[in-house]
Amino acid sequence: MLVIACVKQVPDTTQVKIDPETGTLIREGVPFIANPFDTHALEESLRLKDKYGFRAAVISMGPPNTVVTLRKALALGADQAVLLSDRVFSGADTLATSFVLAEAIKRLAQEEEVAMVICGKQTIDGDTAQVGPGIATRLKYSQLTLVDQIQNVDLTAKKVKVRRKLEGRHEIVEAPLPAMIAVVREINRPRYPTVPMRLKSEITDVLIWDNKVMKLPEELVGLKGSPTWVRKIFSPQRTKGQILGDGVNKPKEAAHLLIDTLIQKDILAL
Amino acid sequence: MNPVSDLGALGFVLFWGLTALAAGVFLFRGYQLFRLVSLGRRSEKFGQVIKRALTALGHVIIQKCQFKNITREDRGGVGHLFIVWGFLFFVTYYFFFIVIASGFGIPDVMEHNKIYGYYTWVMDFVAPFIVIGTVWGIIRRYIVKPARLKGQQTAEALIILITVLIHPITHVGKIATQIAAGHPPAGLGILTPPLSTAVSHLYTNAATIAKWHSFWFWSHWVFVLIVLGMIAYTRYLHMIAGALNDLLRRTPPKGTPERIDLNDPSSFGVDRVDNFAWKQLLDSVACVVCGYCQEICPATFTGKKLNPRLVIRDIKTNMLKNGPFITKKQAPVLPLIGENQEGSVPMEAIWACTTCGGCMEVCPVYIEHVWEIIDMRRHLVQMQAKFPDELLNLFENTEQRSNPWGIAPADRAKWASGIETKPFEAGKTEYLFYVGCAGAFDARNRHISLAIARILDAGGISWGILGKDELCCGDSLRRLGNEYVFDRIAKDNIKMFQDRGVKKIITECPHCYHTLKNDYHQYGTDWEVIHHAEFIRGLIKEKRLKLNGNGDLGKVLFHDSCYLGRHNGIYDAPREVLARTTSHTPAEMKRRLNRSFCCGAGGGHMWMEESIGKRINHERVEEALKEDPRTICVCCPYCMTMFEDGIKDLKASEKVQVLDLAEIVARALQ
Ligand code: SF4
Ligand code: SF4
Repeated sequence: MLVIACVKQVPDTTQVKIDPETGTLIREGVPFIANPFDTHALEESLRLKDKYGFRAAVISMGPPNTVVTLRKALALGADQAVLLSDRVFSGADTLATSFVLAEAIKRLAQEEEVAMVICGKQTIDGDTAQVGPGIATRLKYSQLTLVDQIQNVDLTAKKVKVRRKLEGRHEIVEAPLPAMIAVVREINRPRYPTVPMRLKSEITDVLIWDNKVMKLPEELVGLKGSPTWVRKIFSPQRTKGQILGDGVNKPKEAAHLLIDTLIQKDILAL
Repeated sequence: MNPVSDLGALGFVLFWGLTALAAGVFLFRGYQLFRLVSLGRRSEKFGQVIKRALTALGHVIIQKCQFKNITREDRGGVGHLFIVWGFLFFVTYYFFFIVIASGFGIPDVMEHNKIYGYYTWVMDFVAPFIVIGTVWGIIRRYIVKPARLKGQQTAEALIILITVLIHPITHVGKIATQIAAGHPPAGLGILTPPLSTAVSHLYTNAATIAKWHSFWFWSHWVFVLIVLGMIAYTRYLHMIAGALNDLLRRTPPKGTPERIDLNDPSSFGVDRVDNFAWKQLLDSVACVVCGYCQEICPATFTGKKLNPRLVIRDIKTNMLKNGPFITKKQAPVLPLIGENQEGSVPMEAIWACTTCGGCMEVCPVYIEHVWEIIDMRRHLVQMQAKFPDELLNLFENTEQRSNPWGIAPADRAKWASGIETKPFEAGKTEYLFYVGCAGAFDARNRHISLAIARILDAGGISWGILGKDELCCGDSLRRLGNEYVFDRIAKDNIKMFQDRGVKKIITECPHCYHTLKNDYHQYGTDWEVIHHAEFIRGLIKEKRLKLNGNGDLGKVLFHDSCYLGRHNGIYDAPREVLARTTSHTPAEMKRRLNRSFCCGAGGGHMWMEESIGKRINHERVEEALKEDPRTICVCCPYCMTMFEDGIKDLKASEKVQVLDLAEIVARALQ
């Protein structure tokens, strides 16, 4: 049985700045990293591998240099890495991305039964949190989002029990397999690669599937398959704060004033 | 009189038979230990055999091992000097006047000459010293019980001390019978050996003198042989193993572990005793259990689960336990790491070391505890990815963003945004100022970088920086055992330095200094690396800085950082600079110079939690506050952070400030 982690290589956003003139990301010289949420997805897939003996695969769609990120996944213990890379795939929005990924998962499922697909909750560059659910919908998998704990996998009954982290509460959900599980960062602490695994990953092949392999209709992938158009990216102007009351001499009054103002502005709910 | 030939052929058979037996026991065990030690992997090559041999011999004779540890508080080493120097006379005596004289039946040839006379005369003075040294040792160990010898009141130690005592006693007994029998050692005329002569008057019955002589001779020789046998089995072994350990010492500076071969999986770290280098196993055999290392260790001192002596003991015990199995190609029975019993090094001990080098500095037999500890860390990090949680961020940040905090590398030159700096360019700038991560990113330590920049400009130095291209030097990663990533960082740095034609480097941080200078040297680099303390001293000597007295610093207390002092021997430069800058000799702490006490940040501990025992920086700050300084001078960004934090915790910020040497100098610039 296969568990598949979806990973995206993203620019290290702590180092990305937005060009105020053109409204585009200044990517020059910015290193790429694995999307932090996805490192937790990968870790969870590896834990499932350790616990239930699944085979762990990792897939990604992106430019050829994404191989670096996939190799890291191999170094951490993934058994197989697939990169979906083709010019026609580029410029994709979440609709087109989830389509290509879902098709790739179908291909993998032809060879080996898929138990779970694990995604990070969202990426740090797009922040949409749509790709995971998109995959689940297309593949008709159970869709479990915001998961912070996989409590049990019952392979005979083909069920998975997870805990979802919602605002102010948890929700325990049981769902039939196969399932798509989108995880939050609290779910685990990613491991660190050992040196033998790093060395092994350097000589392991990353499968590269382009559209000659995937044979997907060009109008459904990449820029052409993406109905979303980015009009503008900008850093929001921060308006200067305001000093309320006299916190040094009359802290109590100042605190009340602050609470009132926050309630007025609908920032604090009563 | 020859108690051997007096017994005829039987005497010789007995003499040589016993001697051969003892030698056999000694050699048998020696060979066993040799086999065990050679289970270790190969180690760096070493050359200069003659020089080494002479140095080691010299060290034994002058007893450097003791002199480096005799202090006002601990005079235990003096007793050892008495014993060893006395023993050297005895060993010589045994060889010439027992083995050759009696063993070959030629006492007449050997003893009827002036040399014998003089020698026995001298021995009469030597013998009491051995007795004094030994009795003193027994009293210290079993009655006074200093902290260093805590738990060392063993039967083994007592037996050893008693066997030492027997040599001078039986010797004097024997010579006295010789004198009583009317055969005083020839050659000194009236100057007969005083002690033996005095004792000889006790033999009033002329008829029994020959028997007594025989008794003393044989009992003496049997004891010598017993000791010979014991050498290989007891702590006596340090006489040989310690000297060997000195002889076979590694040349690289202490604290720099061996480079590992990334093509050889057995070298990624040590979790089996036979993965240690043979030299590390020899270390374990050489330990004399003196306890100097545990006394100086900041981790032991503050109640951590690390005691360097026990690390070495555990390695030895593990080798003795597992050795026979490993020799037979069977699996070891006792894990080297993490079992809760003697012979297994506790995980917490491995992580508690700050690599301050104190243990290695005081160890009389040149054991390299830090190398052993780092090798085990290497295994834990590289083979098992098992390490304290906090280090994950450090490892990933350093690997991905080349600094411990994970701040964007583009911000590396921000410290200099308010001043004019040039990029380093070979030909146009002479020195590279390698700022280091702390100097570039840490708010407090950025001030030190600025101070250094100001001093360099004031001295008219042509210097440049790498700006946002500068990378982390990798010190913490290496000391924490992450050799794989360190290796990549080192290669990247070396390539960049070489591409840009860097020849002379000034560092702000002693850790960068040590790494660029000593660790990178293992990659064949030979650039000149200078710490700012040394560089500033040079500038002052050449009168290139105009200093105007002291500013308002009050009493200035100096703290030696481990990687400047102990690891690199730089003690004078910062003191001289302080003296010249403030016109006062700096005040000192009780633990200073090579016996300085770590600030608690080295060996990657800057990035680790310290939850067990007392905080090391608190201990050090308390010690500093005892001297009642107004200013504490440090030379290291880590020391800066540890001191400032400690002072804040101990609520002393109002009383005392911490300044880097460079800041003090920059303030005094006209
Ligand atoms: S290097 Fe320092 S901390 Fe580490 S064992 Fe030696 S004395 Fe203790
Ligand atoms: S390791 Fe060195 S300093 Fe420590 S007890 Fe052994 S011989 Fe003494």
